[in-house]
Amino acid sequence: MADKKKKNLPPNAQAYQDFQDKREVKRPILKNCIKAFLVGGFICFIGQLISTFYIYYFDFTEQTAGNPTTATLIFITMLLTGFGVYDRIGQFAGAGSAVPVTGFGNAVISAAIEHRTEGFVLGVGGNMFKLAGSVILFGVFSAFVVALIKTIILTWGGL
Amino acid sequence: MLTGHRTWIFENNPVIISTGTVGGPFEANGNIPHAFNILHDDMWLEQASFEKAQQMMMEEACQYALKNSSIQKEQVSFFISGDLINQITPTSFAAKTIGSPYFGLFSACATSMESLALAAFMINANGADYILSGTSSHNAAAEKQFRYPTEYGGQKPPTAQWTVTGAGCALVAKTGQGPRITSATIGKIVDMGMTDPFNMGGAMAPAAVDTIMTHLKERKVDISYYDLIITGDLAHIGREVALDLLHKNDINIPEEKFVDCGLTVYREDQPVLAGGSGPACSAVVTYGHFLDLMKKGKLEKILVVATGALHSPLSVNQKDPIPCIAHAVSIEAGSDVT
Repeated sequence: MADKKKKNLPPNAQAYQDFQDKREVKRPILKNCIKAFLVGGFICFIGQLISTFYIYYFDFTEQTAGNPTTATLIFITMLLTGFGVYDRIGQFAGAGSAVPVTGFGNAVISAAIEHRTEGFVLGVGGNMFKLAGSVILFGVFSAFVVALIKTIILTWGGL
Repeated sequence: MLTGHRTWIFENNPVIISTGTVGGPFEANGNIPHAFNILHDDMWLEQASFEKAQQMMMEEACQYALKNSSIQKEQVSFFISGDLINQITPTSFAAKTIGSPYFGLFSACATSMESLALAAFMINANGADYILSGTSSHNAAAEKQFRYPTEYGGQKPPTAQWTVTGAGCALVAKTGQGPRITSATIGKIVDMGMTDPFNMGGAMAPAAVDTIMTHLKERKVDISYYDLIITGDLAHIGREVALDLLHKNDINIPEEKFVDCGLTVYREDQPVLAGGSGPACSAVVTYGHFLDLMKKGKLEKILVVATGALHSPLSVNQKDPIPCIAHAVSIEAGSDVT
Protein backbone atom coordinates (compact mmCIF):
# COMPACT_ATOMS: atom_id res chain seq x y z
CA MET A 1 0.00 0.00 0.00
CA ALA A 2 2.86 2.33 0.85
CA ASP A 3 4.29 1.85 -2.62
CA LYS A 4 0.95 2.52 -4.26
CA LYS A 5 0.61 5.75 -2.33
CA LYS A 6 4.13 6.72 -3.25
CA LYS A 7 3.33 6.40 -6.97
CA ASN A 8 0.79 9.22 -6.69
CA LEU A 9 3.39 11.63 -5.38
CA PRO A 10 5.22 14.11 -7.59
CA PRO A 11 8.63 12.84 -8.77
CA ASN A 12 10.65 15.17 -6.55
CA ALA A 13 8.82 13.87 -3.46
CA GLN A 14 9.43 10.28 -4.56
CA ALA A 15 13.10 11.01 -5.09
CA TYR A 16 13.32 12.70 -1.70
CA GLN A 17 11.65 9.80 0.06
CA ASP A 18 14.17 7.39 -1.44
CA PHE A 19 16.95 9.79 -0.46
CA GLN A 20 15.59 10.05 3.08
CA ASP A 21 14.96 6.33 3.34
CA LYS A 22 18.66 5.56 2.94
CA ARG A 23 19.49 7.76 5.93
CA GLU A 24 16.62 6.77 8.19
CA VAL A 25 17.52 4.57 11.14
CA LYS A 26 15.27 1.54 10.93
CA ARG A 27 13.72 -0.31 13.82
CA PRO A 28 16.05 -3.19 14.77
CA ILE A 29 13.39 -5.81 14.04
CA LEU A 30 15.35 -8.96 14.94
CA LYS A 31 16.64 -7.45 18.17
CA ASN A 32 13.14 -6.20 19.01
CA CYS A 33 11.68 -9.65 18.33
CA ILE A 34 14.18 -11.32 20.66
CA LYS A 35 13.56 -8.76 23.40
CA ALA A 36 9.79 -9.08 22.94
CA PHE A 37 10.07 -12.88 23.10
CA LEU A 38 12.09 -12.81 26.32
CA VAL A 39 10.06 -10.15 28.16
CA GLY A 40 6.73 -11.48 26.89
CA GLY A 41 7.78 -14.96 27.95
CA PHE A 42 8.85 -13.68 31.35
CA ILE A 43 5.47 -12.01 31.91
CA CYS A 44 3.75 -15.28 30.98
CA PHE A 45 6.08 -17.13 33.35
CA ILE A 46 4.98 -14.84 36.19
CA GLY A 47 1.37 -15.41 35.14
CA GLN A 48 1.95 -19.14 35.32
CA LEU A 49 3.45 -18.82 38.81
CA ILE A 50 0.44 -16.82 39.99
CA SER A 51 -1.93 -19.30 38.39
CA THR A 52 -0.17 -22.24 40.06
CA PHE A 53 -0.25 -20.34 43.35
CA TYR A 54 -4.02 -19.94 43.11
CA ILE A 55 -4.53 -23.59 42.21
CA TYR A 56 -2.22 -24.85 44.95
CA TYR A 57 -3.25 -22.62 47.85
CA PHE A 58 -6.84 -21.76 46.98
CA ASP A 59 -9.82 -23.66 45.72
CA PHE A 60 -9.25 -23.01 42.01
CA THR A 61 -8.94 -25.45 39.16
CA GLU A 62 -6.87 -25.04 36.02
CA GLN A 63 -10.01 -23.73 34.25
CA THR A 64 -11.08 -21.24 36.92
CA ALA A 65 -7.63 -19.90 37.92
CA GLY A 66 -7.49 -17.76 34.77
CA ASN A 67 -9.66 -14.92 36.05
CA PRO A 68 -7.89 -14.21 39.36
CA THR A 69 -4.54 -14.56 37.56
CA THR A 70 -5.54 -11.93 34.99
CA ALA A 71 -6.81 -9.64 37.73
CA THR A 72 -3.57 -9.98 39.67
CA LEU A 73 -1.45 -9.25 36.58
CA ILE A 74 -3.53 -6.16 35.80
CA PHE A 75 -3.20 -5.03 39.41
CA ILE A 76 0.59 -5.31 39.19
CA THR A 77 0.46 -3.43 35.86
CA MET A 78 -1.57 -0.69 37.50
CA LEU A 79 1.13 -0.18 40.12
CA LEU A 80 3.93 -0.25 37.53
CA THR A 81 2.05 2.20 35.29
CA GLY A 82 1.26 4.52 38.16
CA PHE A 83 4.88 4.58 39.32
CA GLY A 84 6.03 5.35 35.76
CA VAL A 85 7.88 2.08 35.17
CA TYR A 86 5.71 0.36 32.59
CA ASP A 87 6.39 2.82 29.75
CA ARG A 88 10.11 2.18 30.20
CA ILE A 89 9.55 -1.57 30.07
CA GLY A 90 7.44 -0.94 26.96
CA GLN A 91 10.18 1.02 25.20
CA PHE A 92 12.56 -1.88 25.84
CA ALA A 93 10.24 -4.81 25.24
CA GLY A 94 7.83 -3.53 22.55
CA ALA A 95 5.31 -6.21 21.70
CA GLY A 96 6.62 -8.29 24.62
CA SER A 97 4.89 -6.05 27.12
CA ALA A 98 2.07 -4.89 24.82
CA VAL A 99 0.57 -8.23 23.78
CA PRO A 100 0.00 -9.92 27.18
CA VAL A 101 -2.97 -8.77 29.26
CA THR A 102 -0.63 -6.40 31.09
CA GLY A 103 -0.37 -4.33 27.88
CA PHE A 104 -4.13 -4.03 27.75
CA GLY A 105 -4.19 -3.00 31.40
CA ASN A 106 -1.47 -0.43 30.78
CA ALA A 107 -3.40 1.08 27.85
CA VAL A 108 -6.50 1.55 30.03
CA ILE A 109 -4.72 2.75 33.16
CA SER A 110 -2.34 5.16 31.44
CA ALA A 111 -5.26 6.82 29.62
CA ALA A 112 -7.18 7.07 32.91
CA ILE A 113 -4.22 8.75 34.64
CA GLU A 114 -3.58 11.03 31.67
CA HIS A 115 -7.08 12.47 31.52
CA ARG A 116 -7.61 12.79 35.27
CA THR A 117 -7.07 16.56 35.00
CA GLU A 118 -10.18 16.79 32.79
CA GLY A 119 -12.47 15.41 35.51
CA PHE A 120 -13.89 11.98 36.33
CA VAL A 121 -16.80 11.76 33.90
CA LEU A 122 -15.61 13.40 30.68
CA GLY A 123 -11.91 12.98 31.47
CA VAL A 124 -11.31 9.56 33.00
CA GLY A 125 -14.61 8.01 31.96
CA GLY A 126 -14.63 9.34 28.44
CA ASN A 127 -11.00 8.64 27.61
CA MET A 128 -10.12 5.52 29.56
CA PHE A 129 -10.81 3.21 26.64
CA LYS A 130 -9.56 5.44 23.87
CA LEU A 131 -6.66 3.06 23.20
CA ALA A 132 -8.15 -0.16 24.52
CA GLY A 133 -11.60 0.43 23.04
CA SER A 134 -10.61 -0.89 19.64
CA VAL A 135 -9.13 -4.00 21.29
CA ILE A 136 -12.49 -4.68 22.92
CA LEU A 137 -14.48 -3.93 19.75
CA PHE A 138 -12.42 -6.03 17.37
CA GLY A 139 -11.81 -8.69 20.02
CA VAL A 140 -15.53 -9.22 20.54
CA PHE A 141 -16.26 -8.99 16.83
CA SER A 142 -13.62 -11.53 15.84
CA ALA A 143 -14.82 -13.85 18.61
CA PHE A 144 -18.31 -13.56 17.11
CA VAL A 145 -17.03 -14.39 13.62
CA VAL A 146 -15.03 -17.36 14.86
CA ALA A 147 -18.03 -18.63 16.84
CA LEU A 148 -20.20 -18.26 13.74
CA ILE A 149 -17.75 -20.25 11.62
CA LYS A 150 -17.52 -22.93 14.30
CA THR A 151 -21.30 -23.19 14.51
CA ILE A 152 -21.63 -23.47 10.73
CA ILE A 153 -18.97 -26.17 10.52
CA LEU A 154 -20.44 -28.13 13.43
CA THR A 155 -23.95 -27.89 12.07
CA TRP A 156 -23.28 -28.69 8.42
CA GLY A 157 -19.80 -30.11 8.55
CA GLY A 158 -20.84 -33.15 10.55
CA LEU A 159 -23.11 -34.39 7.81
CA MET B 1 13.06 45.98 3.81
CA LEU B 2 12.00 43.16 1.58
CA THR B 3 14.72 41.71 -0.55
CA GLY B 4 14.00 38.97 -3.00
CA HIS B 5 10.75 37.13 -2.54
CA ARG B 6 10.62 36.38 1.18
CA THR B 7 13.62 37.80 3.00
CA TRP B 8 13.57 40.82 5.26
CA ILE B 9 16.71 42.87 5.90
CA PHE B 10 16.47 44.82 9.14
CA GLU B 11 18.46 47.97 8.45
CA ASN B 12 17.57 49.50 11.85
CA ASN B 13 19.16 46.56 13.67
CA PRO B 14 16.63 45.44 16.28
CA VAL B 15 18.45 44.25 19.38
CA ILE B 16 17.80 41.30 21.69
CA ILE B 17 18.40 43.17 24.93
CA SER B 18 17.49 40.35 27.24
CA THR B 19 16.45 36.70 27.24
CA GLY B 20 14.84 34.27 29.63
CA THR B 21 14.95 30.48 29.53
CA VAL B 22 13.22 27.91 31.71
CA GLY B 23 13.71 24.15 31.73
CA GLY B 24 12.43 21.01 33.39
CA PRO B 25 14.22 18.22 35.26
CA PHE B 26 15.19 16.28 32.15
CA GLU B 27 16.79 19.37 30.65
CA ALA B 28 18.61 20.14 33.92
CA ASN B 29 20.17 16.73 33.55
CA GLY B 30 21.02 17.39 29.90
CA ASN B 31 23.94 18.66 27.90
CA ILE B 32 23.59 22.41 28.54
CA PRO B 33 22.10 23.05 32.02
CA HIS B 34 23.95 26.40 32.07
CA ALA B 35 21.70 27.61 29.24
CA PHE B 36 18.70 27.78 31.55
CA ASN B 37 18.02 30.77 33.77
CA ILE B 38 15.46 28.83 35.79
CA LEU B 39 15.42 25.06 36.19
CA HIS B 40 12.61 23.07 37.77
CA ASP B 41 13.02 19.69 39.39
CA ASP B 42 9.34 18.82 39.03
CA MET B 43 7.48 18.24 35.74
CA TRP B 44 4.29 19.64 37.30
CA LEU B 45 5.80 22.86 38.70
CA GLU B 46 3.30 22.27 41.53
CA GLN B 47 0.45 22.96 39.13
CA ALA B 48 -2.75 20.98 38.62
CA SER B 49 -1.96 20.01 35.02
CA PHE B 50 0.95 19.81 32.59
CA GLU B 51 -0.67 22.55 30.50
CA LYS B 52 -0.68 24.88 33.50
CA ALA B 53 2.95 23.99 34.16
CA GLN B 54 3.76 25.00 30.59
CA GLN B 55 1.93 28.29 31.07
CA MET B 56 3.96 28.89 34.24
CA MET B 57 7.23 28.33 32.39
CA MET B 58 6.26 30.79 29.67
CA GLU B 59 5.41 33.39 32.29
CA GLU B 60 8.64 32.80 34.17
CA ALA B 61 10.73 33.12 31.00
CA CYS B 62 9.09 36.47 30.17
CA GLN B 63 9.38 37.72 33.72
CA TYR B 64 13.04 36.76 33.83
CA ALA B 65 13.75 38.54 30.54
CA LEU B 66 12.01 41.67 31.84
CA LYS B 67 13.71 41.52 35.23
CA ASN B 68 17.08 41.28 33.52
CA SER B 69 16.48 44.49 31.59
CA SER B 70 15.42 47.91 32.77
CA ILE B 71 12.08 47.55 31.00
CA GLN B 72 8.82 47.49 32.91
CA LYS B 73 5.98 45.17 31.99
CA GLU B 74 3.83 48.14 30.94
CA GLN B 75 6.41 49.26 28.37
CA VAL B 76 6.11 46.05 26.37
CA SER B 77 4.25 46.79 23.14
CA PHE B 78 3.49 43.23 22.11
CA PHE B 79 3.83 39.67 23.26
CA ILE B 80 4.25 37.33 20.28
CA SER B 81 4.21 33.67 21.08
CA GLY B 82 2.67 30.26 20.50
CA ASP B 83 2.89 26.61 21.46
CA LEU B 84 1.71 23.12 20.51
CA ILE B 85 -1.32 22.55 22.72
CA ASN B 86 -4.93 22.75 21.48
CA GLN B 87 -5.71 26.31 20.40
CA ILE B 88 -2.44 27.48 22.07
CA THR B 89 -4.17 28.00 25.43
CA PRO B 90 -1.02 27.84 27.63
CA THR B 91 0.36 30.81 25.68
CA SER B 92 -2.91 32.72 25.80
CA PHE B 93 -3.17 32.29 29.58
CA ALA B 94 0.45 33.40 29.92
CA ALA B 95 -0.43 36.44 27.78
CA LYS B 96 -3.20 37.23 30.26
CA THR B 97 -0.65 37.28 33.07
CA ILE B 98 1.84 39.34 31.09
CA GLY B 99 -0.93 41.74 30.14
CA SER B 100 0.59 43.09 26.90
CA PRO B 101 -1.20 43.20 23.55
CA TYR B 102 -0.76 39.72 22.18
CA PHE B 103 -0.24 37.91 18.87
CA GLY B 104 -0.80 34.17 19.13
CA LEU B 105 1.04 32.03 16.60
CA PHE B 106 0.95 28.43 15.60
CA SER B 107 3.93 27.21 13.70
CA ALA B 108 4.75 24.17 15.85
CA CYS B 109 8.49 23.97 16.49
CA ALA B 110 9.18 26.87 14.08
CA THR B 111 7.24 29.28 16.32
CA SER B 112 10.40 30.52 18.05
CA MET B 113 11.90 32.03 14.91
CA GLU B 114 8.56 33.02 13.40
CA SER B 115 7.85 35.15 16.47
CA LEU B 116 11.40 36.56 16.50
CA ALA B 117 11.17 37.46 12.80
CA LEU B 118 7.83 39.21 13.30
CA ALA B 119 9.11 41.00 16.40
CA ALA B 120 12.18 42.22 14.53
CA PHE B 121 10.05 43.36 11.60
CA MET B 122 7.72 45.39 13.82
CA ILE B 123 10.55 46.96 15.77
CA ASN B 124 12.45 47.70 12.58
CA ALA B 125 9.41 49.39 11.05
CA ASN B 126 8.85 51.49 14.19
CA GLY B 127 5.68 49.56 14.94
CA ALA B 128 6.69 48.81 18.50
CA ASP B 129 9.16 49.79 21.22
CA TYR B 130 9.66 46.53 23.04
CA ILE B 131 8.43 43.09 22.08
CA LEU B 132 8.50 39.87 24.04
CA SER B 133 8.90 37.02 21.61
CA GLY B 134 8.95 33.49 22.86
CA THR B 135 7.54 30.02 22.90
CA SER B 136 7.11 27.08 25.23
CA SER B 137 6.51 23.35 25.20
CA HIS B 138 6.04 20.61 27.76
CA ASN B 139 7.02 17.04 27.10
CA ALA B 140 4.04 15.38 28.82
CA ALA B 141 1.52 17.88 27.45
CA ALA B 142 2.84 17.38 23.90
CA GLU B 143 2.83 13.60 24.27
CA LYS B 144 -0.79 13.78 25.36
CA GLN B 145 -1.65 16.11 22.48
CA PHE B 146 0.12 14.29 19.68
CA ARG B 147 0.90 10.75 20.76
CA TYR B 148 -0.19 8.38 23.51
CA PRO B 149 -0.73 8.89 27.25
CA THR B 150 2.62 9.54 28.91
CA GLU B 151 2.58 6.28 30.87
CA TYR B 152 1.51 4.16 27.90
CA GLY B 153 4.11 1.49 27.15
CA GLY B 154 4.31 1.83 23.38
CA GLN B 155 7.66 1.29 21.73
CA LYS B 156 8.93 4.28 19.78
CA PRO B 157 11.13 3.84 16.73
CA PRO B 158 14.71 5.17 16.68
CA THR B 159 13.52 8.11 14.54
CA ALA B 160 11.21 9.47 17.28
CA GLN B 161 12.15 12.63 19.13
CA TRP B 162 11.76 13.95 22.67
CA THR B 163 9.81 17.18 23.22
CA VAL B 164 11.72 19.67 25.35
CA THR B 165 10.07 20.84 28.56
CA GLY B 166 10.80 24.51 28.78
CA ALA B 167 10.21 28.02 27.60
CA GLY B 168 12.42 30.58 25.94
CA CYS B 169 11.82 34.26 25.50
CA ALA B 170 13.68 37.17 23.92
CA LEU B 171 13.03 40.84 24.61
CA VAL B 172 13.53 42.74 21.36
CA ALA B 173 14.15 46.50 21.36
CA LYS B 174 15.12 49.32 18.96
CA THR B 175 18.39 50.09 20.68
CA GLY B 176 20.46 48.67 23.47
CA GLN B 177 23.22 46.26 24.27
CA GLY B 178 23.03 42.80 22.83
CA PRO B 179 22.95 40.69 19.68
CA ARG B 180 21.31 42.31 16.66
CA ILE B 181 18.73 40.73 14.42
CA THR B 182 19.88 41.46 10.89
CA SER B 183 17.59 39.53 8.56
CA ALA B 184 14.91 36.90 8.36
CA THR B 185 13.62 34.54 5.71
CA ILE B 186 10.08 33.30 6.01
CA GLY B 187 9.58 29.69 5.06
CA LYS B 188 6.96 28.16 2.85
CA ILE B 189 5.28 24.84 3.28
CA VAL B 190 7.33 21.97 1.94
CA ASP B 191 5.47 18.70 1.64
CA MET B 192 7.40 15.68 0.44
CA GLY B 193 4.58 13.29 1.18
CA MET B 194 6.15 12.05 4.41
CA THR B 195 3.45 10.61 6.67
CA ASP B 196 5.29 9.16 9.67
CA PRO B 197 4.77 11.42 12.71
CA PHE B 198 7.55 9.47 14.44
CA ASN B 199 10.07 10.71 11.90
CA MET B 200 9.66 14.47 11.94
CA GLY B 201 13.34 15.17 11.35
CA GLY B 202 13.20 13.34 8.03
CA ALA B 203 10.02 15.19 7.08
CA MET B 204 11.31 18.66 8.03
CA ALA B 205 14.80 18.45 6.50
CA PRO B 206 13.75 19.61 2.98
CA ALA B 207 11.95 22.63 4.49
CA ALA B 208 15.12 23.63 6.33
CA VAL B 209 17.21 23.22 3.19
CA ASP B 210 14.72 25.22 1.13
CA THR B 211 14.78 28.12 3.60
CA ILE B 212 18.57 28.10 3.98
CA MET B 213 19.12 28.12 0.22
CA THR B 214 16.55 30.87 -0.32
CA HIS B 215 18.07 32.93 2.48
CA LEU B 216 21.58 32.72 1.05
CA LYS B 217 20.36 33.55 -2.44
CA GLU B 218 18.13 36.45 -1.44
CA ARG B 219 20.51 37.96 1.10
CA LYS B 220 23.27 37.47 -1.45
CA VAL B 221 25.74 35.95 0.99
CA ASP B 222 27.81 32.82 0.89
CA ILE B 223 27.43 30.04 3.44
CA SER B 224 30.84 31.01 4.85
CA TYR B 225 29.32 34.35 5.96
CA TYR B 226 27.87 32.58 8.99
CA ASP B 227 29.86 31.05 11.81
CA LEU B 228 27.10 28.59 12.46
CA ILE B 229 23.91 27.46 10.79
CA ILE B 230 21.66 26.31 13.63
CA THR B 231 18.62 24.18 12.84
CA GLY B 232 15.75 23.85 15.30
CA ASP B 233 14.98 20.21 15.84
CA LEU B 234 16.06 18.08 12.92
CA ALA B 235 17.83 15.60 15.25
CA HIS B 236 20.07 12.81 13.99
CA ILE B 237 18.18 11.70 10.91
CA GLY B 238 16.98 15.11 9.78
CA ARG B 239 20.36 16.75 10.25
CA GLU B 240 22.13 14.11 8.22
CA VAL B 241 19.53 14.31 5.45
CA ALA B 242 19.65 18.13 5.42
CA LEU B 243 23.44 18.17 5.33
CA ASP B 244 23.51 15.74 2.41
CA LEU B 245 20.80 17.72 0.61
CA LEU B 246 22.80 20.94 1.02
CA HIS B 247 25.93 19.26 -0.29
CA LYS B 248 23.94 17.86 -3.19
CA ASN B 249 22.83 21.42 -4.01
CA ASP B 250 26.44 22.64 -4.03
CA ILE B 251 26.26 24.39 -0.68
CA ASN B 252 29.46 23.16 0.83
CA ILE B 253 28.97 23.69 4.49
CA PRO B 254 31.49 21.97 6.79
CA GLU B 255 29.81 19.46 9.07
CA GLU B 256 30.92 21.18 12.28
CA LYS B 257 29.28 24.45 11.21
CA PHE B 258 25.88 22.83 10.81
CA VAL B 259 24.52 22.27 14.31
CA ASP B 260 21.10 21.30 15.58
CA CYS B 261 19.38 22.47 18.78
CA GLY B 262 17.74 19.05 19.16
CA LEU B 263 21.17 17.46 19.33
CA THR B 264 22.65 20.17 21.56
CA VAL B 265 20.10 20.18 24.36
CA TYR B 266 20.48 16.59 25.58
CA ARG B 267 23.38 14.31 26.31
CA GLU B 268 23.89 11.44 23.89
CA ASP B 269 23.23 8.89 26.61
CA GLN B 270 19.83 10.30 27.54
CA PRO B 271 16.95 8.16 26.20
CA VAL B 272 15.74 10.69 23.62
CA LEU B 273 16.12 8.41 20.56
CA ALA B 274 16.86 10.71 17.57
CA GLY B 275 17.12 13.89 19.67
CA GLY B 276 15.15 16.77 21.13
CA SER B 277 12.24 18.62 19.54
CA GLY B 278 9.45 21.03 20.38
CA PRO B 279 9.05 24.80 20.12
CA ALA B 280 11.06 25.32 23.30
CA CYS B 281 13.97 23.34 21.86
CA SER B 282 15.17 25.98 19.39
CA ALA B 283 14.13 28.81 21.74
CA VAL B 284 16.06 27.71 24.83
CA VAL B 285 19.13 26.51 22.96
CA THR B 286 19.35 29.67 20.84
CA TYR B 287 18.58 32.17 23.59
CA GLY B 288 20.29 30.34 26.42
CA HIS B 289 23.28 28.72 24.75
CA PHE B 290 24.21 30.25 21.39
CA LEU B 291 23.48 33.88 22.30
CA ASP B 292 25.56 33.31 25.41
CA LEU B 293 28.45 32.13 23.25
CA MET B 294 27.93 35.22 21.10
CA LYS B 295 28.08 37.50 24.12
CA LYS B 296 31.31 35.80 25.15
CA GLY B 297 32.74 36.61 21.71
CA LYS B 298 32.94 33.03 20.52
CA LEU B 299 30.37 33.54 17.77
CA GLU B 300 29.88 36.45 15.41
CA LYS B 301 27.12 35.59 13.01
CA ILE B 302 24.56 32.83 13.25
CA LEU B 303 21.59 31.80 11.19
CA VAL B 304 18.90 30.09 13.23
CA VAL B 305 16.56 27.95 11.16
CA ALA B 306 13.65 26.74 13.29
CA THR B 307 11.86 23.82 11.69
CA GLY B 308 8.23 22.92 12.26
CA ALA B 309 6.07 19.92 11.40
CA LEU B 310 2.58 21.37 11.06
CA HIS B 311 0.52 18.20 11.30
CA SER B 312 -2.21 17.47 13.80
CA PRO B 313 -3.26 14.12 15.27
CA LEU B 314 -6.39 14.43 13.11
CA SER B 315 -4.49 14.97 9.86
CA VAL B 316 -2.18 12.05 10.67
CA ASN B 317 -5.14 9.73 11.33
CA GLN B 318 -6.71 10.87 8.07
CA LYS B 319 -3.49 9.78 6.33
CA ASP B 320 -2.50 13.26 5.23
CA PRO B 321 1.19 14.02 4.73
CA ILE B 322 3.10 16.23 7.18
CA PRO B 323 3.33 19.84 5.99
CA CYS B 324 6.67 21.26 7.08
CA ILE B 325 8.04 24.76 7.41
CA ALA B 326 11.28 26.46 8.41
CA HIS B 327 11.83 30.09 9.34
CA ALA B 328 15.34 31.55 9.42
CA VAL B 329 16.56 34.53 11.43
CA SER B 330 20.12 35.80 11.33
CA ILE B 331 21.57 37.14 14.55
CA GLU B 332 24.89 38.95 14.68
CA ALA B 333 27.05 40.13 17.54
CA GLY B 334 26.25 43.73 18.41
CA SER B 335 29.48 45.22 19.74
CA ASP B 336 29.34 48.19 17.37
CA VAL B 337 25.87 49.28 18.44
CA THR B 338 25.25 51.05 21.71
